[in-house]
Amino acid sequence: MKCQHCEKPATFHITELTGPGGPHVLHVCEDHARQYLSPDSSQPGTSALAGVLSSQQKVEQSAEQIASTDQKACPVCGITFAEFRNIGRLGCPYDYVHFQTDLEPLLINIHGSREHHGKKPSKLLGSPDRQHRLLQLRREMKEAVEKELYERATEIRDEIRRLEQNEAGE
Amino acid sequence: MKLDELAGKCGEWLKGTGPEADIVISSRIRLARNLSEFPFVRRCTEGDKRSILRAARQAVEAIDEWKDVEFLDVEPLSDLDRQFLVERQLISRELSEAEGPRGVAVDGTERFSVMVNEEDHLRIQVIRSGLDLKSAWQDAAEIDDRLERKLTFAYLEKLGYLTACPTNVGTGLRVSVMLHLPALVITRQIEKVFRSLQKMNVAVRGLFGEGSQFTGDFYQVSNQITLGRSEEALLQQVEYVVPQLIEYERKARNFLMTNSEHDLHDDVSRAYGILQTAKKISSDETMLYLSKVRMGVNLGLIRELEIPVVNKLLIHTQPAHLQKLRGKILNTTDRNIERAGYLQKHLAKRN
Repeated sequence: MKCQHCEKPATFHITELTGPGGPHVLHVCEDHARQYLSPDSSQPGTSALAGVLSSQQKVEQSAEQIASTDQKACPVCGITFAEFRNIGRLGCPYDYVHFQTDLEPLLINIHGSREHHGKKPSKLLGSPDRQHRLLQLRREMKEAVEKELYERATEIRDEIRRLEQNEAGE
Repeated sequence: MKLDELAGKCGEWLKGTGPEADIVISSRIRLARNLSEFPFVRRCTEGDKRSILRAARQAVEAIDEWKDVEFLDVEPLSDLDRQFLVERQLISRELSEAEGPRGVAVDGTERFSVMVNEEDHLRIQVIRSGLDLKSAWQDAAEIDDRLERKLTFAYLEKLGYLTACPTNVGTGLRVSVMLHLPALVITRQIEKVFRSLQKMNVAVRGLFGEGSQFTGDFYQVSNQITLGRSEEALLQQVEYVVPQLIEYERKARNFLMTNSEHDLHDDVSRAYGILQTAKKISSDETMLYLSKVRMGVNLGLIRELEIPVVNKLLIHTQPAHLQKLRGKILNTTDRNIERAGYLQKHLAKRN
């Protein structure tokens, strides 16, 4: 892949989560990456205000790293890391568990932190496993319906109900 | 609560009360929350969205203290009604333009709203007049607690509240303050001031203006990060910056009053005159002149007007409000005529 700004090979792949154009990926060579990432390079044509507006988050990775992470898919909602990269939005709460190591550099880039300090839910959550199981079952049911496997869909629905009732009884 | 009834009224947050209300229009707290058992909204099926909407509605309606809270189903609303809610700041443009089952719970005095199926399953929003972040945060935390007794939010010990976009994870908190900074714009210091804020973990953006962010000199300052700091610490980041902005703006106003009072007075009076006499006027132009008039009132250059009236006009002259108040759909030209008439009626000379 060539750099978007010159003929050199693109060795940096930068994911922008916010900014004027919405989430997008940039493929650039080392020189252009440095230029792009340096805080003083507020692009001409965009006002200083626009610079402030687009609280830009940047993550640097090598092409190899990207290729392998991009293949990964969440077992619960099915989103791949590549899809997340393109749309900038995760698929389900479990993604934070499944993609934990891949998200960590991104979180540090955005927030300068990877740990929550602050408000907590006052009640104890149902076990995380149960939550993820419900998410997963709902997805399986949707797939079963799409494939017209109605018997399977009914089984799944019953299991969802059992799990939901367990919660109500807790 | 009927939307048409709302139209004639004015939300609490526009009352022009609260600390620093001459410069700070409003303080806002937003919390992003998701139900743990569903995919994030973008990956939801229509059925998922309907289940989320139902769960949210049941939770809201089961809260005893919320007798005055109305739950609106947004999907079946007309374009005009949705636009009306956007102008009112009860829902976001994003929720208005989204598809599928979605809704909003609105407090009777418009102090808070809870959007359902926007980017996250729930977006709690509290608005206060003037600079009043602490009480807005206390209210938001209480709303969160109440909802949480009925719903299970996606939360991890390590990462906090889980959100569709990683930029909101952790506290899910966005603290924003809306400021009116006309003198900083006139004296061309605004960009310099904002550039100095860049290093202070806050974001600034223009407000109201559809086309240009400078329309009306209204700006919003908010925190940039949501993870790794407590809600109180994030509040403080914004609370630290806002008084500085207020001081800069006051200094700029003093400077203008000392060095070019005639020019300023002339500018303000002309703006006032146009608003009082124009026969057709666009939304952007109205905003521009109302901004000048607002400053004029605060500086004592216009004596017969009060800030709450100006605040109300800022909202009531927007397209959907005008049409709601008139009780019919109007095209752009008719709206411009209607707007001029509305302004004339409310800014009539009182002799």
